[in-house]
Amino acid sequence: MSFASRAAIAGIGQTEFSKNSGRSELRLACEAVMAALGDAGLAPRDVDGLATFTMDNNPEIEVARAIGAGPLRFFSRVHYGGGAACGVIMQAAMAVASGAADVVVCYRAMNERSMQRFGIGTTPLAKVATTETAHFGWYVPFGLATPASWVAMQAQRYLHDYGASTEDFGRVSVACRRHAATNPNAWFHRKPITLEEHEASRWIVRPLRLLDCCQESDGAVAVIVTSAERARDLRQPPAVIRAAAQGASADQQMMTSYYRDAIGDLPEMSFVASQLYAQSGVGPRDFQTAVIYDHFTPFVLAQLEAFGFCKRGEAKDFVKGGNIELGGALPVNTHGGQLGEAYIHGMNGIAEGVRQVRGSAVNQIRDVEHVLVTAGTGVPTSAIILGKH
Amino acid sequence: MSAQHPRPGITHDNRFFWEGLAQHKLLIQRCTSCHRLQHPPAPMCPGCHCFEMEAIEASGRGTVHSFVVAHHPPIPPFEYPNVIVLVELEEGTRLVSRLVGTPPDEVAIGMAVAVEFEQVADDFVLHRFRSAASR
Repeated sequence: MSFASRAAIAGIGQTEFSKNSGRSELRLACEAVMAALGDAGLAPRDVDGLATFTMDNNPEIEVARAIGAGPLRFFSRVHYGGGAACGVIMQAAMAVASGAADVVVCYRAMNERSMQRFGIGTTPLAKVATTETAHFGWYVPFGLATPASWVAMQAQRYLHDYGASTEDFGRVSVACRRHAATNPNAWFHRKPITLEEHEASRWIVRPLRLLDCCQESDGAVAVIVTSAERARDLRQPPAVIRAAAQGASADQQMMTSYYRDAIGDLPEMSFVASQLYAQSGVGPRDFQTAVIYDHFTPFVLAQLEAFGFCKRGEAKDFVKGGNIELGGALPVNTHGGQLGEAYIHGMNGIAEGVRQVRGSAVNQIRDVEHVLVTAGTGVPTSAIILGKH
Repeated sequence: MSAQHPRPGITHDNRFFWEGLAQHKLLIQRCTSCHRLQHPPAPMCPGCHCFEMEAIEASGRGTVHSFVVAHHPPIPPFEYPNVIVLVELEEGTRLVSRLVGTPPDEVAIGMAVAVEFEQVADDFVLHRFRSAASR
């Protein structure tokens, strides 16, 4: 039996998004979880499941202990960085649909800017040889040691294969910053950018400029998953999880899938898309808005293609003329995305998807029936479709 | 040269490659059964499921399949800008390396390159590439 449409997001909560939270990651997690429970009209004693990313530094039992939750009968984590985001929701939805748990809290809390910057590069000597240090050993000793650099290698080939330009990357950044400009929760509130400013920003790893890279942020987001039936009786209109899927494709690597025929594409996301469409009966024409994971702009283009919003190699045309901005055919990242709002490993995008379904987003799209939310790219990934009850 | 040069995790599956570099040999893993080549190496052949793997020496010639020019953040001991290439070897496998001797603005997909070896620490040798036209 499928779990599609049998679970819903009943509550969302978040901290402020900053560059220095001034408090522990565990406290951020607790604040977001309590806010999400309050939003749903639930209490810590109702929680019997917790799920997060393997990269989160706050174990489920520490969060449960701090908030005073009862015994947990479900706890689970998903690996592969930001590719986990919607996979965590999938875990919760499967747990709820199967009866393994009633109320599962999904959370991501990090002082990613003030404590542990992902963008600074990883070059420790490999003291212990593991499968993962062996993997990074093919890249880090040559200076290919940051997420931007790993993505840039695929982005360069994307430009070459499809005749795109760095301006096409810039249009993604301009759209997200435009949306962030009217979102008071966004770090870049009231700070839109122009395409000229994008093109003038400095190189980080060519072909990626500073304004192609998402922010580094401190903050936390939590969402409450329960059965669609129970969610109907709670405080907020439910955002039904119409579909959820993970994907790792042939010859998948963590950030460095450089050995396939076409390395500018994201076959793992195409695989996720086909699963989502099969589960839900929804297709690319049925979305009024989408939250497309934007750690780096080039993979937003590749995702638009993977989900069939345009043909392979044609995202450069799709993003022209404000098509992914408010008022366009598919407004993307109406909260400002991780380029504009904050980088909370995709969890803030899930919260925005819920707001769009509820009708409570700051940049609300009219008559939203379905929202696509995707997770980290260049890694084993995931996505969900949220819809009205 | 730096003793602090970042190192790989060396396992039973990839040790041959790094030991090969110390002897100035660029090696590619090959399945003893179906002769399929693969990089990065693995404990078995995904094609025929054989666990008996060997290595062949690459010619060291290839082309740039993709590349990046790293500017920021500066990571010791590298000098910036650092041109990092994805080389497609003429044997058909790809690997990531550094490209030296070509100004960043002149690097292009498809350019012919050839391997050389660099002693980055007393006990550690890495491969790097240079434009084949400049040799």
